[in-house]
Amino acid sequence: MSEAASGKSGPKKPGVAFWLPLILFAGFVALVIYGLVRTANTEVVSAFINKPLPVFDLPPASDDRPGLATAVFKQGKPRLLNVFASWCVPCAVEAPQLAALTAQGVEIDGVAIRDRKQDLAQFLAQNGNPFARIGRDDLSQVQLAIGSSGVPETFVIDGKGIIRYQHIGDIRPEDVPMILRKLAEAGA
Amino acid sequence: MMRLWLALAALFAAAQISAPLAAQDLLPPAPYAYKQIADPALEAKAQTLMLTLRCLKCQSQSIADSDAPMAGDMRHQVRVRIAAGEDPEAIRAWLIERYGDYVSYTPQLKPITWPLFAAPLAILALAAVLLRGRFRRGKVPT
Repeated sequence: MSEAASGKSGPKKPGVAFWLPLILFAGFVALVIYGLVRTANTEVVSAFINKPLPVFDLPPASDDRPGLATAVFKQGKPRLLNVFASWCVPCAVEAPQLAALTAQGVEIDGVAIRDRKQDLAQFLAQNGNPFARIGRDDLSQVQLAIGSSGVPETFVIDGKGIIRYQHIGDIRPEDVPMILRKLAEAGA
Repeated sequence: MMRLWLALAALFAAAQISAPLAAQDLLPPAPYAYKQIADPALEAKAQTLMLTLRCLKCQSQSIADSDAPMAGDMRHQVRVRIAAGEDPEAIRAWLIERYGDYVSYTPQLKPITWPLFAAPLAILALAAVLLRGRFRRGKVPT
């Protein structure tokens, strides 16, 4: 108010109130540019980490492996739970890494999302079968129950059936030591 | 130039072929992915909820709007649970427990979100105070 009044009396430099809208506008522009430039993180992290695995009992997805139930994860030894599908390309990419993990004595169980038996059989024949058990999840029920939002995702489950770690996306060769460390932390 | 166009065309053709492989499963949609609940009142309840749940695959759509298989599975689960008599807010809470607040388009009242709800009230109160001062000044001519 006083600025406007003094402005009338003679030529004077405009005060903060005069520049404030422009400063605010510049702030918004900076915010928008930051939002445009930064790398978007579209991963949805499960909120179920450090919580017990929900109770489920999936029928077998293939002829040569049993189905998958929660009880398996409560046998005292940490295991990996791999959420995958035959129609998922990155799942084929991570197959050698899963094989490397089983070679180190890691036990991996699979949950096949929306998969057909014949497609899965072909996928396993082509990429190898690192799974001790494969549960068939045609309605993504287990996937939703553990807070997984895509394939592939790998969960470290400790020997008491508690989810300890979630790896989103395919396991790259450089991720293998980290997964082994997470398993060790979970009490392997 | 011609070579560039040819390369682009080839790339496009390759994308056409590999895209279905990359993202499509061959199972039919879940029973209640595209089928409404027989009871219209329950379906309306489910619809209201589904419009405010985020599809986790195609993150800017609600599960009611998305054709992603996972969104279909989520709709199936919502409809089956509502048909079984579950409260819509209980289903929302179940999903938030697994995916965090991100899965819900309706903001939840929590310690971190209370300013969101308090800000409009605070602005209204401030406006009332400012207006009061203005009216008073007008009433008292000197």
